[in-house]
Amino acid sequence: MTDHVRLEGRDKVTGAARYADDPRPPGAVHACPVPATVARGEVLAVHPGEADPRVLAVLTHLDAPRLADAGDPTLAVLQSARVAHRGQVVALVVAETLQAAQHAAAGVRVEYAEEPHDVTLVADHPGVYAPEEANGGHPADRVRGDFEAGYAAAELRIDATYRIGPLHNHPMEPHASTAAWQGGRLTVHDSSQGGHGVRKTLATLFGLPEDQVLVVNEHVGGGFGSKGTPRPNVVLAAMAARVVGRPVRLALPRAQLPALVGHRSPTVQRVRLGAGRDGRIEALAHEILTRTSTLKEFVEQAAVPARVMYRSAVSRTTHRVVRQDVPTPSWMRAPGEAPGMFALESAMDELASACGLDPVELRLRNEPGAEPDSGRPFSSRGLPACLREGARRFGWAGRDPRPGVRREGRLLVGTGVAASTYPVLIAPSSAEVRAEPGGGYLVRVNAADIGTGARTVLALVAAEVLAVPVERVRIEVGRTDLPYGSVAGGSSGTSSWGWAVHEAATRLRERLAGGAPLPARGLSVRADTRELVGRGTEFARHAFGAQFAEVQVDTDSGEVRRRRLLGVFAAGRILNDRTARSQLVGGMVMGASMALLEESTMDPGFGDHAERDLGSYHVAVSADVPDVQAYWVEEEDAHVSPLGSKGIGEIGIVGTAAAVANAVHHATGVRVRELPVVSRRLGELPA
Amino acid sequence: MREFGYLRPSSAAEAVELLAADPGARYLAGGTNLVDLMKLGVERPRLLVDLGRVPLRDVGPTDDGGLRIGALARNADLAADPRVRAAYPVLSQALLAGASGQLRNVATTAGNLLQRTRCLYFQDTAKPCNKRRPGTGCPAREGVHRDLAVLGASEHCVATHPSDLAVALAALDATVELLGPDGARTLPVTDLHRLPGDRPDLEHRLLPGELITAVTLPPPAPGARSAYRKARDRASYAFALASVAAVLVVREGRVERVGIAFGGLAAKPWRARTAEAMLRGAPADEASFRAAAEAELAGARPLRDNGHKVPLARNLAVRVLSGLAAGSVR
Repeated sequence: MTDHVRLEGRDKVTGAARYADDPRPPGAVHACPVPATVARGEVLAVHPGEADPRVLAVLTHLDAPRLADAGDPTLAVLQSARVAHRGQVVALVVAETLQAAQHAAAGVRVEYAEEPHDVTLVADHPGVYAPEEANGGHPADRVRGDFEAGYAAAELRIDATYRIGPLHNHPMEPHASTAAWQGGRLTVHDSSQGGHGVRKTLATLFGLPEDQVLVVNEHVGGGFGSKGTPRPNVVLAAMAARVVGRPVRLALPRAQLPALVGHRSPTVQRVRLGAGRDGRIEALAHEILTRTSTLKEFVEQAAVPARVMYRSAVSRTTHRVVRQDVPTPSWMRAPGEAPGMFALESAMDELASACGLDPVELRLRNEPGAEPDSGRPFSSRGLPACLREGARRFGWAGRDPRPGVRREGRLLVGTGVAASTYPVLIAPSSAEVRAEPGGGYLVRVNAADIGTGARTVLALVAAEVLAVPVERVRIEVGRTDLPYGSVAGGSSGTSSWGWAVHEAATRLRERLAGGAPLPARGLSVRADTRELVGRGTEFARHAFGAQFAEVQVDTDSGEVRRRRLLGVFAAGRILNDRTARSQLVGGMVMGASMALLEESTMDPGFGDHAERDLGSYHVAVSADVPDVQAYWVEEEDAHVSPLGSKGIGEIGIVGTAAAVANAVHHATGVRVRELPVVSRRLGELPA
Repeated sequence: MREFGYLRPSSAAEAVELLAADPGARYLAGGTNLVDLMKLGVERPRLLVDLGRVPLRDVGPTDDGGLRIGALARNADLAADPRVRAAYPVLSQALLAGASGQLRNVATTAGNLLQRTRCLYFQDTAKPCNKRRPGTGCPAREGVHRDLAVLGASEHCVATHPSDLAVALAALDATVELLGPDGARTLPVTDLHRLPGDRPDLEHRLLPGELITAVTLPPPAPGARSAYRKARDRASYAFALASVAAVLVVREGRVERVGIAFGGLAAKPWRARTAEAMLRGAPADEASFRAAAEAELAGARPLRDNGHKVPLARNLAVRVLSGLAAGSVR
């Protein structure tokens, strides 16, 4: 067991850690975007406000530098008069001070030719279409056997529709960039989950060789997917710096994040389960309706976990999408799994009630021998172990299944369970490990430590391979002049960067084992896992988990308070207990927040997300998460990577909302099929 | 944020003089709401008159056995004051139900009373709002209004007043002391705020330049019990879906004195005069409390998405009053 503190912990708590808006290059000035105030139309004219000598430039689509096509229409900022959604950037003010930039931005007047907008997601929308793929490259539709016949023939049928509104990533650090040009060379400090991706995009947009772009993201204050791709802030900062010939700082105001940095798209999810009275599922359908913007197709792959979770003779999993005049959705922690498992695991709870089975037992009875959709064998599958261990730790045995019968004064109390799952994703990366004169080692890899503890874990990986104390290992991350690192996304960071570090360290150890004296400059070994990762696998590789929740519901008010949340996960080898627990607990907290609090409304009249600050978009505060416990079961998996780890960044948020909603049902007898489970959705409860 | 002047007077009289001289001036106390609104461009003062040096933080007894609370007493200090906790628990509970620990450390008594609505349209200068720009319309009626008013609203405005403190003060029959260019006067706290009518931009009855210098509480009635209950989906740091403050004196099973105010339902703390009138002399039991609360809320006019507030407010009132009658604090 390893239990190491974060290497950068002291820097963070003392303020020494530098984030994207912290550099103060000499002569730096400030940029402030002007958001569109119509949801659809064309910009006719942009009128700067009162003259101010501190204002250096007001860029519009008419005079902003032209950008090449980098394949992401959300980054083609100030390139055309079209307004695709409210909040899209229509002008950029650059000024000597932040205050002057903000003041001037507020004074810019934009004339539009406004067009009627379409922002309300309805099932019978004429624009609904079947995409080719959902996010992650998954086929939009998978059909196995004759679902309708199997469903019709089943003894028990559950047919329920679940809804989740838009959700927002809202990392603590808003998206920020500092950009500076030195001749034809561009340096940006960017709040990014993947510096190399930013580098490639900027090089394309501005027509530069990649080696003329340096992206620094040494510390990142959270991202939850919203920093996984370059965002308009970094393009605008680079553009502005080129125009004014000075370094430019740009930090997006919190209120602009919901329009500019992606969000989890709303989903309407119909789940049908046909089962025998013994609970064995014969037919399973999970059908998703979601939406994307007119700029770009992003399809939340919410039906994908249903291809992994349970046995069934026949199944159908589909995604439908409609393009609307809304901000472009994107990755948010466990895209697909987080919303999809709310619906599937709620439906499993409904099935458990219908067949009078304990919900843990129901899941155990539906364990598949191989991955149901693909037929591939699992590299390892820890769901039963997680369910049993979680039930034991939580005290699940002997639970009275009847809903609405446990009273403590005016409170109703209940418990619920749900499963978690997340795929093992690994991307090619490179790393260099150097033996330094004096007995130290240096690990160099462009990992992005977005608060996960990545640099700590990677140093531990190297130390273990080299069989030296971690105190002798230094590590450099977060710069694109380091060996290539993949994006910190898809819970793939540790496996992807770690494999490269493992490989480089292993080869270095072999070189050193010869006993030859270390050269005066030290000895470096570099590894690239492109070929190793590219070999692929014949296995279905997923992490699993089980989450148990206890809630109380106030019968006066319908206020739901989560008393306990306990998760047990099977995620391969856990490399560092402390940072792993932090990741899992963080995911569960975010899942509890999704379950009970986070609510975003697409304003039909204006076409924007109405709740755009943390006063109105409620995320869990400490008082909402009094008791969150994360555990894991030992799991050996030889088919993932030499590290044996499966990824833990996202699985914690998967299934939490269902566990909580199932507990609310157990407490009150009210089944809430729309998140968040707020008091007004419970109706009047018996006093 | 546009640039502004900044002055820091050392007395209330001096502060009033500064405000009177400049209609574009605003008092700055804790700044927890005003500074936010300045960043949003909702408030655009030419001059901030910072009250930080004005000695209005003291809390002390009045001659008649009540309590005088300085306008600048911090919410956290007031909530923890032993005299408040002993004699006016409803006030301490309301304060602790508001905001967060950090905000309560700087937010002041008077600033809390004069905070602005958190209606999303009021806070977005790119949208119409009759309160912010009279005559532009009220998108909240058709838009997002889950948290907005069900009582005393008008076609022009459905904003709620967000304060918890004000609700407790309303139930306690508090009085506001004012100092203006024309001298000092007092106002019952229940008359401080206005309902929107056709002028939602007029939120209170302060005269130009007037400064709240103190809030006074009458002495607690013998045998009075009081409590505050707030419902919210987030366990802390959220405005009330609905709240109730109640002060109750029961003698021989009947209601002798009662003060009830609702929060989160209207543009002002909603003193429940109808319910109180019904309850005076009535049996202090759940049936009376329920009938009174329902009578008070009969005038509710919910919008499409905020009807849940009406049964919620009723349930809270019945529970709080029943608890007070039974002798338990909550």
